[in-house]
Amino acid sequence: MKALQGFAWLLCLQLAGEVLARVLKLPFPGPVIGMVLLMPALGWPAVREPVIDVARFLLGHLSLLFVPVGVGVITHLDILQAYGLRLALVIVLSTWIGLAVSALALRALMRNAPGEEGSPDA
Amino acid sequence: MPDFVQLWVYLSSAPLVGLTATLVVYLLAMAGYQRAGHAPWANPVLWSIVVIGAGLLASGVPYPSYFAGAQFIHFLLGPAVVALGLPLWERRATLSRAWGRFLLAALAGGAAAAVSAVLIGWALGLPGEVLRSLAPKSVTAPVAMGVAEKIGGVPALAAVFAVLSGLVGALSGRTLFRLFGLGEGRVDWMARGFAMGTASHGIGAARALQVNADAGAYAGLALGLQVLLASLLIPLAARWF
Repeated sequence: MKALQGFAWLLCLQLAGEVLARVLKLPFPGPVIGMVLLMPALGWPAVREPVIDVARFLLGHLSLLFVPVGVGVITHLDILQAYGLRLALVIVLSTWIGLAVSALALRALMRNAPGEEGSPDA
Repeated sequence: MPDFVQLWVYLSSAPLVGLTATLVVYLLAMAGYQRAGHAPWANPVLWSIVVIGAGLLASGVPYPSYFAGAQFIHFLLGPAVVALGLPLWERRATLSRAWGRFLLAALAGGAAAAVSAVLIGWALGLPGEVLRSLAPKSVTAPVAMGVAEKIGGVPALAAVFAVLSGLVGALSGRTLFRLFGLGEGRVDWMARGFAMGTASHGIGAARALQVNADAGAYAGLALGLQVLLASLLIPLAARWF
Protein backbone atom coordinates (compact mmCIF):
# COMPACT_ATOMS: atom_id res chain seq x y z
CA MET A 1 0.00 0.00 0.00
CA LYS A 2 2.69 2.43 1.11
CA ALA A 3 4.84 1.79 -1.95
CA LEU A 4 1.81 2.32 -4.19
CA GLN A 5 1.00 5.58 -2.41
CA GLY A 6 4.56 6.75 -2.89
CA PHE A 7 4.47 5.86 -6.58
CA ALA A 8 1.13 7.63 -6.92
CA TRP A 9 2.64 10.77 -5.36
CA LEU A 10 5.54 10.72 -7.81
CA LEU A 11 3.16 10.30 -10.76
CA CYS A 12 0.82 13.04 -9.46
CA LEU A 13 3.76 15.45 -9.14
CA GLN A 14 5.00 14.54 -12.62
CA LEU A 15 1.49 15.09 -13.98
CA ALA A 16 1.23 18.42 -12.15
CA GLY A 17 4.59 19.32 -13.69
CA GLU A 18 3.41 18.42 -17.20
CA VAL A 19 0.21 20.46 -16.75
CA LEU A 20 2.09 23.48 -15.35
CA ALA A 21 4.70 23.32 -18.12
CA ARG A 22 1.99 23.41 -20.79
CA VAL A 23 -0.39 25.90 -19.18
CA LEU A 24 2.33 28.37 -18.17
CA LYS A 25 4.53 27.57 -21.21
CA LEU A 26 7.53 26.94 -18.91
CA PRO A 27 10.83 25.96 -20.54
CA PHE A 28 11.27 22.95 -18.18
CA PRO A 29 10.20 19.36 -18.88
CA GLY A 30 7.28 18.16 -16.73
CA PRO A 31 9.28 15.72 -14.57
CA VAL A 32 11.76 18.50 -13.72
CA ILE A 33 8.94 20.70 -12.41
CA GLY A 34 7.70 17.62 -10.53
CA MET A 35 11.15 17.30 -8.95
CA VAL A 36 11.04 20.93 -7.78
CA LEU A 37 7.49 20.44 -6.45
CA LEU A 38 8.57 17.30 -4.57
CA MET A 39 11.03 19.22 -2.37
CA PRO A 40 8.53 21.32 -0.40
CA ALA A 41 6.06 18.40 -0.47
CA LEU A 42 8.60 16.23 1.37
CA GLY A 43 8.24 18.52 4.38
CA TRP A 44 4.82 16.96 4.83
CA PRO A 45 5.01 13.46 6.47
CA ALA A 46 2.00 12.17 4.51
CA VAL A 47 4.07 12.59 1.33
CA ARG A 48 7.54 11.92 2.74
CA GLU A 49 6.90 8.54 4.35
CA PRO A 50 5.44 6.75 1.32
CA VAL A 51 7.72 8.52 -1.18
CA ILE A 52 11.08 7.77 0.50
CA ASP A 53 11.07 4.01 -0.17
CA VAL A 54 9.85 4.25 -3.76
CA ALA A 55 12.27 7.08 -4.55
CA ARG A 56 15.19 5.09 -3.10
CA PHE A 57 14.13 2.06 -5.15
CA LEU A 58 13.89 4.05 -8.39
CA LEU A 59 17.16 5.91 -7.81
CA GLY A 60 18.91 2.72 -6.72
CA HIS A 61 18.17 1.21 -10.14
CA LEU A 62 18.51 4.40 -12.12
CA SER A 63 21.05 2.93 -14.52
CA LEU A 64 18.58 0.21 -15.65
CA LEU A 65 16.20 2.94 -16.85
CA PHE A 66 18.77 4.14 -19.42
CA VAL A 67 19.05 0.77 -21.16
CA PRO A 68 15.97 0.98 -23.46
CA VAL A 69 16.92 4.40 -24.82
CA GLY A 70 20.61 3.42 -24.96
CA VAL A 71 19.84 0.41 -27.14
CA GLY A 72 18.38 2.97 -29.58
CA VAL A 73 22.00 3.54 -30.63
CA ILE A 74 21.46 0.71 -33.15
CA THR A 75 19.02 2.87 -35.11
CA HIS A 76 21.71 5.49 -35.64
CA LEU A 77 24.61 3.27 -36.58
CA ASP A 78 24.77 5.07 -39.95
CA ILE A 79 25.48 8.45 -38.32
CA LEU A 80 27.86 6.84 -35.86
CA GLN A 81 29.62 5.11 -38.73
CA ALA A 82 29.85 8.29 -40.79
CA TYR A 83 31.13 10.46 -37.93
CA GLY A 84 32.21 7.77 -35.46
CA LEU A 85 35.75 8.85 -34.69
CA ARG A 86 34.88 12.55 -34.56
CA LEU A 87 31.84 11.91 -32.36
CA ALA A 88 33.89 9.76 -30.01
CA LEU A 89 36.49 12.53 -29.76
CA VAL A 90 33.81 15.17 -29.07
CA ILE A 91 32.00 13.11 -26.46
CA VAL A 92 35.11 11.94 -24.60
CA LEU A 93 36.85 15.33 -24.58
CA SER A 94 33.78 17.40 -23.66
CA THR A 95 32.85 14.98 -20.87
CA TRP A 96 36.38 15.16 -19.46
CA ILE A 97 36.32 18.95 -19.67
CA GLY A 98 32.94 19.04 -17.92
CA LEU A 99 34.11 16.65 -15.20
CA ALA A 100 37.36 18.50 -14.55
CA VAL A 101 35.82 21.98 -14.56
CA SER A 102 32.96 21.09 -12.22
CA ALA A 103 35.11 19.08 -9.79
CA LEU A 104 37.86 21.69 -9.59
CA ALA A 105 35.37 24.58 -9.41
CA LEU A 106 33.40 23.03 -6.56
CA ARG A 107 36.52 22.03 -4.65
CA ALA A 108 37.95 25.54 -4.94
CA LEU A 109 34.63 27.13 -3.91
CA MET A 110 34.14 24.78 -0.95
CA ARG A 111 37.68 25.20 0.34
CA ASN A 112 37.02 28.91 0.64
CA ALA A 113 33.90 28.22 2.67
CA PRO A 114 34.80 28.59 6.36
CA GLY A 115 33.42 25.75 8.48
CA GLU A 116 32.49 23.63 5.46
CA GLU A 117 35.36 21.18 5.89
CA GLY A 118 34.51 18.65 8.56
CA SER A 119 31.00 19.93 9.19
CA PRO A 120 28.78 17.03 10.31
CA ASP A 121 26.22 17.41 7.54
CA ALA A 122 26.33 14.25 5.45
CA MET B 1 10.01 -26.16 -38.15
CA PRO B 2 7.02 -24.03 -39.30
CA ASP B 3 5.88 -24.08 -35.65
CA PHE B 4 9.18 -22.62 -34.62
CA VAL B 5 8.92 -19.93 -37.27
CA GLN B 6 5.41 -19.04 -36.13
CA LEU B 7 6.54 -18.92 -32.52
CA TRP B 8 9.45 -16.68 -33.51
CA VAL B 9 7.23 -14.35 -35.47
CA TYR B 10 4.89 -14.09 -32.50
CA LEU B 11 7.65 -13.59 -29.95
CA SER B 12 9.61 -11.04 -31.96
CA SER B 13 6.60 -8.75 -31.93
CA ALA B 14 5.45 -9.41 -28.34
CA PRO B 15 6.25 -6.61 -25.85
CA LEU B 16 6.89 -9.23 -23.16
CA VAL B 17 10.15 -10.28 -24.81
CA GLY B 18 11.66 -6.79 -24.94
CA LEU B 19 10.75 -6.14 -21.32
CA THR B 20 12.01 -9.50 -20.07
CA ALA B 21 15.23 -9.30 -22.08
CA THR B 22 16.00 -5.82 -20.71
CA LEU B 23 15.49 -6.88 -17.12
CA VAL B 24 17.29 -10.24 -17.37
CA VAL B 25 20.27 -8.90 -19.33
CA TYR B 26 20.62 -5.99 -16.91
CA LEU B 27 20.53 -8.32 -13.89
CA LEU B 28 23.22 -10.51 -15.47
CA ALA B 29 25.30 -7.42 -16.30
CA MET B 30 24.84 -6.25 -12.70
CA ALA B 31 26.03 -9.64 -11.41
CA GLY B 32 29.09 -9.40 -13.65
CA TYR B 33 29.74 -5.85 -12.42
CA GLN B 34 29.66 -7.04 -8.80
CA ARG B 35 31.90 -9.99 -9.60
CA ALA B 36 34.38 -7.60 -11.26
CA GLY B 37 34.52 -5.59 -8.02
CA HIS B 38 32.65 -2.61 -9.57
CA ALA B 39 35.48 -2.06 -12.06
CA PRO B 40 34.56 0.84 -14.39
CA TRP B 41 34.97 -1.29 -17.57
CA ALA B 42 32.30 -3.72 -16.30
CA ASN B 43 29.65 -0.96 -16.33
CA PRO B 44 26.22 -2.69 -16.39
CA VAL B 45 24.56 -0.09 -18.65
CA LEU B 46 27.31 -0.42 -21.25
CA TRP B 47 27.16 -4.22 -21.34
CA SER B 48 23.35 -4.34 -21.32
CA ILE B 49 23.27 -2.01 -24.33
CA VAL B 50 25.97 -4.01 -26.14
CA VAL B 51 24.32 -7.38 -25.50
CA ILE B 52 20.74 -6.31 -26.31
CA GLY B 53 21.83 -4.18 -29.27
CA ALA B 54 23.90 -7.04 -30.73
CA GLY B 55 21.00 -9.43 -30.10
CA LEU B 56 18.57 -7.18 -32.00
CA LEU B 57 21.00 -6.73 -34.90
CA ALA B 58 21.75 -10.46 -35.08
CA SER B 59 18.08 -11.53 -34.92
CA GLY B 60 16.83 -8.76 -37.20
CA VAL B 61 14.21 -7.66 -34.67
CA PRO B 62 13.59 -3.94 -35.32
CA TYR B 63 14.20 -1.49 -32.48
CA PRO B 64 10.54 -0.34 -32.32
CA SER B 65 9.40 -3.92 -31.60
CA TYR B 66 11.96 -4.15 -28.81
CA PHE B 67 10.97 -0.74 -27.47
CA ALA B 68 7.29 -1.75 -27.38
CA GLY B 69 8.28 -3.88 -24.39
CA ALA B 70 11.18 -1.89 -23.02
CA GLN B 71 9.06 1.28 -22.89
CA PHE B 72 7.61 0.10 -19.58
CA ILE B 73 11.07 0.47 -18.05
CA HIS B 74 11.74 3.66 -20.04
CA PHE B 75 8.53 5.16 -18.68
CA LEU B 76 9.93 5.01 -15.13
CA LEU B 77 12.50 7.68 -16.03
CA GLY B 78 9.76 10.32 -15.50
CA PRO B 79 8.94 9.42 -11.89
CA ALA B 80 12.68 8.77 -11.31
CA VAL B 81 13.48 12.37 -12.29
CA VAL B 82 10.76 13.53 -9.86
CA ALA B 83 12.32 11.26 -7.21
CA LEU B 84 15.60 13.17 -7.59
CA GLY B 85 13.93 15.80 -5.42
CA LEU B 86 14.60 13.46 -2.49
CA PRO B 87 18.43 13.66 -2.44
CA LEU B 88 18.10 17.42 -2.94
CA TRP B 89 15.68 17.69 -0.02
CA GLU B 90 17.92 15.53 2.17
CA ARG B 91 20.84 17.92 1.50
CA ARG B 92 18.70 21.03 2.00
CA ALA B 93 20.84 22.22 4.95
CA THR B 94 24.05 22.16 2.87
CA LEU B 95 22.13 23.48 -0.11
CA SER B 96 20.70 26.52 1.64
CA ARG B 97 24.10 27.27 3.21
CA ALA B 98 26.07 27.02 -0.03
CA TRP B 99 23.54 27.06 -2.87
CA GLY B 100 25.39 29.85 -4.65
CA ARG B 101 28.59 27.78 -4.76
CA PHE B 102 26.79 24.71 -6.07
CA LEU B 103 24.98 26.76 -8.66
CA LEU B 104 28.23 28.38 -9.78
CA ALA B 105 30.05 25.03 -10.06
CA ALA B 106 27.07 23.49 -11.90
CA LEU B 107 26.96 26.43 -14.29
CA ALA B 108 30.72 26.30 -14.92
CA GLY B 109 30.82 22.53 -15.42
CA GLY B 110 27.63 22.33 -17.50
CA ALA B 111 28.65 25.23 -19.72
CA ALA B 112 32.17 23.82 -20.14
CA ALA B 113 30.78 20.44 -21.25
CA ALA B 114 28.11 21.85 -23.61
CA VAL B 115 30.24 24.60 -25.15
CA SER B 116 33.30 22.37 -25.61
CA ALA B 117 31.12 19.67 -27.23
CA VAL B 118 29.62 22.10 -29.72
CA LEU B 119 32.94 23.86 -30.42
CA ILE B 120 34.99 20.68 -30.89
CA GLY B 121 32.19 19.18 -33.00
CA TRP B 122 32.01 22.34 -35.10
CA ALA B 123 35.81 22.41 -35.53
CA LEU B 124 35.68 18.79 -36.70
CA GLY B 125 33.00 19.68 -39.24
CA LEU B 126 30.00 17.85 -37.79
CA PRO B 127 26.63 18.89 -39.33
CA GLY B 128 24.40 21.37 -37.47
CA GLU B 129 21.75 18.81 -36.65
CA VAL B 130 24.35 16.67 -34.88
CA LEU B 131 25.80 19.70 -33.05
CA ARG B 132 22.34 20.61 -31.78
CA SER B 133 21.90 17.06 -30.54
CA LEU B 134 25.29 17.26 -28.79
CA ALA B 135 24.53 20.43 -26.80
CA PRO B 136 22.40 18.76 -24.08
CA LYS B 137 24.68 15.72 -23.77
CA SER B 138 25.42 16.27 -20.05
CA VAL B 139 21.75 16.13 -19.09
CA THR B 140 19.90 12.95 -18.22
CA ALA B 141 18.59 11.25 -21.39
CA PRO B 142 14.84 12.04 -21.18
CA VAL B 143 15.56 15.74 -20.58
CA ALA B 144 18.31 15.81 -23.24
CA MET B 145 15.73 14.51 -25.74
CA GLY B 146 13.30 17.29 -24.83
CA VAL B 147 15.99 19.99 -25.05
CA ALA B 148 17.32 18.69 -28.38
CA GLU B 149 13.81 18.69 -29.83
CA LYS B 150 13.35 22.30 -28.73
CA ILE B 151 16.56 23.51 -30.40
CA GLY B 152 16.24 21.56 -33.65
CA GLY B 153 18.35 18.52 -32.86
CA VAL B 154 17.42 14.85 -33.19
CA PRO B 155 15.92 13.58 -29.88
CA ALA B 156 16.99 9.95 -30.37
CA LEU B 157 20.53 11.04 -31.21
CA ALA B 158 20.63 13.34 -28.17
CA ALA B 159 19.62 10.40 -25.98
CA VAL B 160 22.44 8.29 -27.43
CA PHE B 161 24.99 11.09 -26.88
CA ALA B 162 23.74 11.55 -23.31
CA VAL B 163 24.08 7.83 -22.58
CA LEU B 164 27.58 7.79 -24.11
CA SER B 165 28.63 10.83 -22.04
CA GLY B 166 27.32 9.07 -18.96
CA LEU B 167 29.36 6.00 -19.82
CA VAL B 168 32.54 8.02 -20.47
CA GLY B 169 32.21 9.59 -17.01
CA ALA B 170 31.44 6.29 -15.30
CA LEU B 171 34.33 4.54 -17.07
CA SER B 172 37.05 7.18 -16.75
CA GLY B 173 36.01 9.40 -13.82
CA ARG B 174 38.27 7.71 -11.28
CA THR B 175 41.39 8.00 -13.47
CA LEU B 176 40.63 11.60 -14.42
CA PHE B 177 40.05 12.70 -10.81
CA ARG B 178 43.34 11.09 -9.74
CA LEU B 179 45.07 12.95 -12.54
CA PHE B 180 43.71 16.23 -11.18
CA GLY B 181 44.77 15.40 -7.65
CA LEU B 182 41.31 14.81 -6.18
CA GLY B 183 41.72 12.45 -3.24
CA GLU B 184 39.31 10.91 -0.77
CA GLY B 185 38.69 13.77 1.67
CA ARG B 186 35.17 14.98 2.38
CA VAL B 187 35.35 17.95 0.00
CA ASP B 188 37.08 15.73 -2.59
CA TRP B 189 34.26 13.15 -2.58
CA MET B 190 31.76 15.98 -2.74
CA ALA B 191 33.54 17.47 -5.76
CA ARG B 192 33.96 14.09 -7.47
CA GLY B 193 30.32 13.15 -7.03
CA PHE B 194 29.14 16.60 -8.05
CA ALA B 195 31.27 16.45 -11.21
CA MET B 196 29.87 13.01 -12.12
CA GLY B 197 26.30 14.29 -11.80
CA THR B 198 27.14 17.44 -13.76
CA ALA B 199 28.91 15.90 -16.76
CA SER B 200 27.55 12.35 -16.72
CA HIS B 201 24.02 12.70 -15.21
CA GLY B 202 22.25 9.55 -14.01
CA ILE B 203 24.81 7.04 -15.25
CA GLY B 204 27.59 8.98 -13.52
CA ALA B 205 25.42 9.35 -10.42
CA ALA B 206 24.72 5.61 -10.33
CA ARG B 207 28.46 4.99 -10.55
CA ALA B 208 29.20 7.60 -7.84
CA LEU B 209 26.58 6.02 -5.59
CA GLN B 210 28.30 2.65 -5.91
CA VAL B 211 31.68 4.12 -5.00
CA ASN B 212 30.84 6.48 -2.14
CA ALA B 213 27.48 7.41 -0.53
CA ASP B 214 28.39 11.08 -0.11
CA ALA B 215 29.63 11.32 -3.69
CA GLY B 216 26.35 9.70 -4.79
CA ALA B 217 24.23 12.25 -2.94
CA TYR B 218 26.08 15.20 -4.44
CA ALA B 219 25.89 13.56 -7.86
CA GLY B 220 22.10 13.49 -7.41
CA LEU B 221 22.15 17.16 -6.46
CA ALA B 222 24.35 18.05 -9.45
CA LEU B 223 22.21 16.13 -11.89
CA GLY B 224 19.10 17.88 -10.59
CA LEU B 225 20.76 21.28 -10.95
CA GLN B 226 22.01 20.39 -14.43
CA VAL B 227 18.48 19.45 -15.51
CA LEU B 228 17.19 22.83 -14.33
CA LEU B 229 20.05 24.86 -15.80
CA ALA B 230 20.25 23.02 -19.12
CA SER B 231 16.53 23.03 -19.86
CA LEU B 232 16.46 26.77 -19.15
CA LEU B 233 19.79 27.94 -20.63
CA ILE B 234 20.52 25.68 -23.64
CA PRO B 235 17.36 26.77 -25.55
CA LEU B 236 18.22 30.40 -24.72
CA ALA B 237 21.85 30.03 -25.83
CA ALA B 238 20.78 28.17 -29.00
CA ARG B 239 18.90 31.27 -30.20
CA TRP B 240 22.21 33.01 -30.80
CA PHE B 241 23.35 30.43 -33.34
